[in-house]
Amino acid sequence: MSTRLATGGRLIDRGARVEFTFNGKRLSGYAGDTLASAMLGAGQTLMGRSFKYHRPRGVVASGAEEPNALMGIGTDGHFEPNQRATTQELFPGLTARSQNHWPSLEFDVGGINKHLSRFLPAGFYYKMFIHPRPFWKHVYEPFIRQSAGLGAAPRDRDADTYEHYYAHVDVLIAGGGIAGLAAALAAGRAGAKVLLVEQAGHWGGRAPVDGAVIDGKPAEAWIKDAVQTLEDMDNVDLRLRCMAAGVYDHGYALCYERLTDHLADKAGPRHRLWRVRAGRIVTATGAIERPLSFAGNDIPGVMLASAVRDYVVNWAVSPGDRTVVVTNNDDAYRTAIALKKAGLEVPAVIDARAAPEGPLVEEVKSLGVKVLSGKAIAKVKGRKFVTGVAIAAQAGEGAVLEEIACDAVAVSGGWSPVVHLWSHCGGKLTWDEAQAAFRPNPDKGPTGADGAVFVIPAGAANGEMATSSVLSDAHAAGAKAAGADAGDAPTAEVTAEGPIAPVWMMPQGAKPELRAKAWLDYQNDVKVSDVQLAAREGFESVEHAKRYTTLGMATDQGKLSNINGLATLAHALGEDIPQVGTTTFRPPYTPISMGSIAGEARGALFQPLRRSPLHGWHEANGADFEPVGHWRRPYTFKRGDESREQSVAREINNTRQGLGLLDASTLGKIIVKGPDAGRFMDMLYTNMMSTLAPGKCRYGLMCSENGFLMDDGVVARLDEDTFLCHTTSGGADRVHAHMEEWLQTEWWDWKVYTANLTEQYAQIAVVGPKARKVLEKLGGMDLSAETLPFMGWATGTLAGIPARVFRISFSGELSFEVAVAAGQGLALWEALMEAGQEFGVMPYGTEALHVMRAEKGFIMIGDETEGTVIPQDLGLSWAISKKKDDYIGKRGQEREFLASPDRWKLVGLQTLDGSVLPEGAYAVAEGTNANGQRNTQGRVTSTYHSPTLDRGIAMGLVKDGPDRMGEVLTFPRVDGTGVEARIVSPVFFDPEGEKQNV
Amino acid sequence: MKRYSAFAIAREALRHHTGWERAWRSPEPKKHYDVIIIGAGGHGLATAYHLGKDHGIRNVAILEKGWLGGGNTGRNTTIIRSNYLQDPSAAIYEKSRSLYETLSQDLNYNIMFSPRGVIMLAQTEHEVRGYKRTAQANALQGVKTEFISPQRVKELVPIISLDGPRYPVLGGLWQSRGGTARHDAVAWGYARACSDMGMDIIQKCEVTGITTEGGRVKGVETSRGAITCGKLGIVVAGHSGHLADMAGFRLPIESVALQALVSEPIKPCMDVVVMANTVHGYMSQSDKGEMVIGGGADGYNNYTQRGSFHHIEETVRALIETFPMISRLKMLRQWGGIVDMTGDRSPILSKTPVEGIFMNCGWGTGGFKAIPGSGFAMAELMARGGSSIADPFSMTRFREGRFIDESVAAGVAH
Repeated sequence: MSTRLATGGRLIDRGARVEFTFNGKRLSGYAGDTLASAMLGAGQTLMGRSFKYHRPRGVVASGAEEPNALMGIGTDGHFEPNQRATTQELFPGLTARSQNHWPSLEFDVGGINKHLSRFLPAGFYYKMFIHPRPFWKHVYEPFIRQSAGLGAAPRDRDADTYEHYYAHVDVLIAGGGIAGLAAALAAGRAGAKVLLVEQAGHWGGRAPVDGAVIDGKPAEAWIKDAVQTLEDMDNVDLRLRCMAAGVYDHGYALCYERLTDHLADKAGPRHRLWRVRAGRIVTATGAIERPLSFAGNDIPGVMLASAVRDYVVNWAVSPGDRTVVVTNNDDAYRTAIALKKAGLEVPAVIDARAAPEGPLVEEVKSLGVKVLSGKAIAKVKGRKFVTGVAIAAQAGEGAVLEEIACDAVAVSGGWSPVVHLWSHCGGKLTWDEAQAAFRPNPDKGPTGADGAVFVIPAGAANGEMATSSVLSDAHAAGAKAAGADAGDAPTAEVTAEGPIAPVWMMPQGAKPELRAKAWLDYQNDVKVSDVQLAAREGFESVEHAKRYTTLGMATDQGKLSNINGLATLAHALGEDIPQVGTTTFRPPYTPISMGSIAGEARGALFQPLRRSPLHGWHEANGADFEPVGHWRRPYTFKRGDESREQSVAREINNTRQGLGLLDASTLGKIIVKGPDAGRFMDMLYTNMMSTLAPGKCRYGLMCSENGFLMDDGVVARLDEDTFLCHTTSGGADRVHAHMEEWLQTEWWDWKVYTANLTEQYAQIAVVGPKARKVLEKLGGMDLSAETLPFMGWATGTLAGIPARVFRISFSGELSFEVAVAAGQGLALWEALMEAGQEFGVMPYGTEALHVMRAEKGFIMIGDETEGTVIPQDLGLSWAISKKKDDYIGKRGQEREFLASPDRWKLVGLQTLDGSVLPEGAYAVAEGTNANGQRNTQGRVTSTYHSPTLDRGIAMGLVKDGPDRMGEVLTFPRVDGTGVEARIVSPVFFDPEGEKQNV
Repeated sequence: MKRYSAFAIAREALRHHTGWERAWRSPEPKKHYDVIIIGAGGHGLATAYHLGKDHGIRNVAILEKGWLGGGNTGRNTTIIRSNYLQDPSAAIYEKSRSLYETLSQDLNYNIMFSPRGVIMLAQTEHEVRGYKRTAQANALQGVKTEFISPQRVKELVPIISLDGPRYPVLGGLWQSRGGTARHDAVAWGYARACSDMGMDIIQKCEVTGITTEGGRVKGVETSRGAITCGKLGIVVAGHSGHLADMAGFRLPIESVALQALVSEPIKPCMDVVVMANTVHGYMSQSDKGEMVIGGGADGYNNYTQRGSFHHIEETVRALIETFPMISRLKMLRQWGGIVDMTGDRSPILSKTPVEGIFMNCGWGTGGFKAIPGSGFAMAELMARGGSSIADPFSMTRFREGRFIDESVAAGVAH
């Protein structure tokens, strides 16, 4: 039974009791506790259920490597599943719930799986559930999904906020143990700009727990001094609760700072994601202890020896009254010593080594603890908690020699350096035979832009385990990272340790029934027998074995299990561990919140909306918006209880008969300027643009390199050197990027400059028979047909506002587009609305725009085009200059299939019954193709109800279309019925252009 | 081959599973094969499988540089759909999807095909029109899809937010028989079946050269010696350019890193696959409970199987707007795969300038769904010299301008 000790606990404040709830039960701990230590202190050892077999699980570790003690923390909009109790600091009112059980943690129906475990080996699901076929989707899969998963899905919208920080530093140091502090001192003293981050809530890591003495001082005091020294340095920034999560190319690193997870008061951002660009990254990330593989090693009460020591020293919590220590190395003896010093019983240290010796062993013996050498745990006894261990010879098959009653087992299989950050960007590893662990291979580190290795491992993360060598290695790493000479490193007293004996199975010859109870991956329920099965079935690659068994794929990403699993696989294959190799380490080191990844970019700040200068007016006047690129444009301006359709029809009729205003500000407006501007424009557009006279406009087409039409718009020549290119609203950025790509990669020596001025102008289309009248009423410019003919432009003032007026039309009506400075757009719009009163002025939206252009047979980029259509398909050959040698897309258009006369070409389509053709419908031809698909001969590209003609009109692409006027095609609907439509001219309205040329 | 079944598991359980045989043999390479396939990913294995099953060609070796299924087959987000716009695409992807329906039974290996349904969200008016058109095309192609309302989207995906401040959900293209499968199992199932037909799967065997004579393939040089063959299929995804170079021709291919990530596992909360092309993100929930998320490809070429973080950021923030609850989940793991992109983003299944060499590549971001269909068509092409499904995907189409462009229907994501 775990319990709180009467004295001790270096991290807790016994004066500050903290109440919290677990599964609705009120418990209490102390300030400074983690949730795990508080629960253990309160006697709660059962903390969760495993993923597959729903076995009872207690905490095994004391930090980020914990696989078992996962909780749902918080409620409502603050709820988060799968939080590690070992890293969750306690705060008043904390609410925790255990996971993956029904109906309760103590009694879980899913626990039946553990009795069936024999029938559910690794990969069992690949071999069964095959018949009958529909059962997978309807029976098996739903059942598996329900029993899998861990925490509950959050239901509510996130109530917290998140933020991003950016930092550029010379040296990023990951880990604030003594290695990280020593590295920071060295780098900081050398004058480097340093960021030191530590994932836990306190500095110094394990050194104080292990009783290290540094520079003649107890570790605790040395750490305090070191932190103080660093805080006094202006060039060093220190952050607690901040984990280096990932290392990316070129010294880019992510750090994940948890700001309020440990506080009752959740005000302010919850997490902060640091995006760090570092010259060098020092990984002082320490090492993680490995468990040993013996039967029953997953029963609550079996814990890492280091964790047992942590709980006793840091939080004054004893995992049990009688703790058996089992080990293959000297370090675990420190746990026996710590337990004895806390007045707890240690019935025995079971050491797999034949003859352990050295000062630590002697000290344990002198404390009266029995040391059983050459022995192993054959089996842990107990179900929901440990009741004892059965001892066997390590060299044997598991014949029980004796049983020892105990309520906790402290296990140590040696230490593995934390090499994740080293490996994220390609750092390679080397097998250290002496320590039975992988460590960074200094010759194969990740290199940065300068060709040098930019990640420098330090201390235990570099495979240096003794305190003295940790300090000297980390000191040297810090100095190296700062580009300085090393100088004198801190020193520590050395306790001699005997060699580790690699033990991958306990006992060595354990029988199948024991191996089937020896866990490698606690969370995913992967056992030694599973990995052996994988090897037997040919899953010999470490990646195959991982994927087949799911070893190391749980939320702890195999921090405890990978090396043991690997060794088991190597043994099963009869190969050496380094030959088998490791799986790839992927960021993040431990999971980071999605919220922190998104940062501030949520809600209204997720891709901020682009607003035209008239947006506010639209909002106030009933605009029904639609998203267009990053803009919102009024689809229509509804009045009263009109439907969308009625509203659009009203706007069209009013514009065709009187006066309409369109906010065209979103149209792309790109300036192309320079001595070579004309030459560039000739390449950019299919038309001849260099001959355009200043003061004139020309409709132009722009194609991709492959020849496909990508954008269109009216180009105005402002002066000899300057063109203003209008683009589609959605295409402005793309077109600007297209221009820059050509200028920067192909024609970098041309004297041309481009600028996207889209947002600098408000542009208002004044459209309809009364358009000239209303502008004349505003006064200031002569806009007569003689002075400003169709496709001309002029500057002047309108209503006192400096303006540039283009006489162009996208509706077939008399139309002027007036551009003014963005800040004066609203003034002009309101002046037009007021002056237009007598002419019945109404604003219109994008749908009316679309219908009116379709009535005139004008194409729309994105409707008539979609990346596979060339101008020639659309009857736009007239806009392709025959005089030019080249333009972007010309060569593409000359290719066989694009030059073929068989291509589908633009026509108008008129249904026989006047109805509106279905969107995207195809015209069918006889028969089917070789693959059984219905043959087609055309398709609808735009289809509308035309209020002007009071019938359906459509444009489409039809094989040989222009030569088949009058023919009737059939367009099936998705329900199988068909609509018949006649091929007609695409110009439905005013074919002679009488209305716009007045 | 011993058949897999619940009965077989029960039988083996009694002897502690010591009686299971290897899923595939691990033979030494022979001197000569009728056909060599380079690349033991899904596409390569499926090609070999159909060569044996449909055309009786069983003297086949599949050479793999690393471990089988270790490329994009084991890295993708496992989405299966066939709601493509263009006829050639719809033909190959629907063939593939229909083969997936019975693949577990055909292979006697549960590849966990889960026809849970795929929704492609329409979040602009333009997408609405594009997907309505796709639904029209699909009806004529024999692909069952429909355009559904926002309300129906919400019924299918209760965790979705229809009224994102930026991109409201205006509807969706729904393919009820699209879904997911277990990616590794697809490779393993095919490998087991190929091995059972007597084919040799040779892992850790890197092809270092391709030998030709008089414009015809002779064989390959490998890290395990020279092997001759009658025909050679190159099916190596991200490394296609290298292999083509060895054979002496060039491909219109660029390789970029595409990234994916998974959350920690949670209890079931989303039953269908959702793709949001406007914001470049897609998400489904695996049977383990992880939210499996894919995003855009890097904008620069490279061969590292990682990628830059900003794509992860863009994808996650977009999906949080679409599925607000995922903000409180954690990213467990991110990874990258190298995808080879063609000019029209459609694949290449093709004869090559070297007689006897066939190329299968260019699947871009969407190859997993195509594995069975690709294998079927590639085998037909290799065995008979032509295939109604494969022929439109010939590499000559780029010279002819006969693109198969799916940009309307597919956007970026697959």
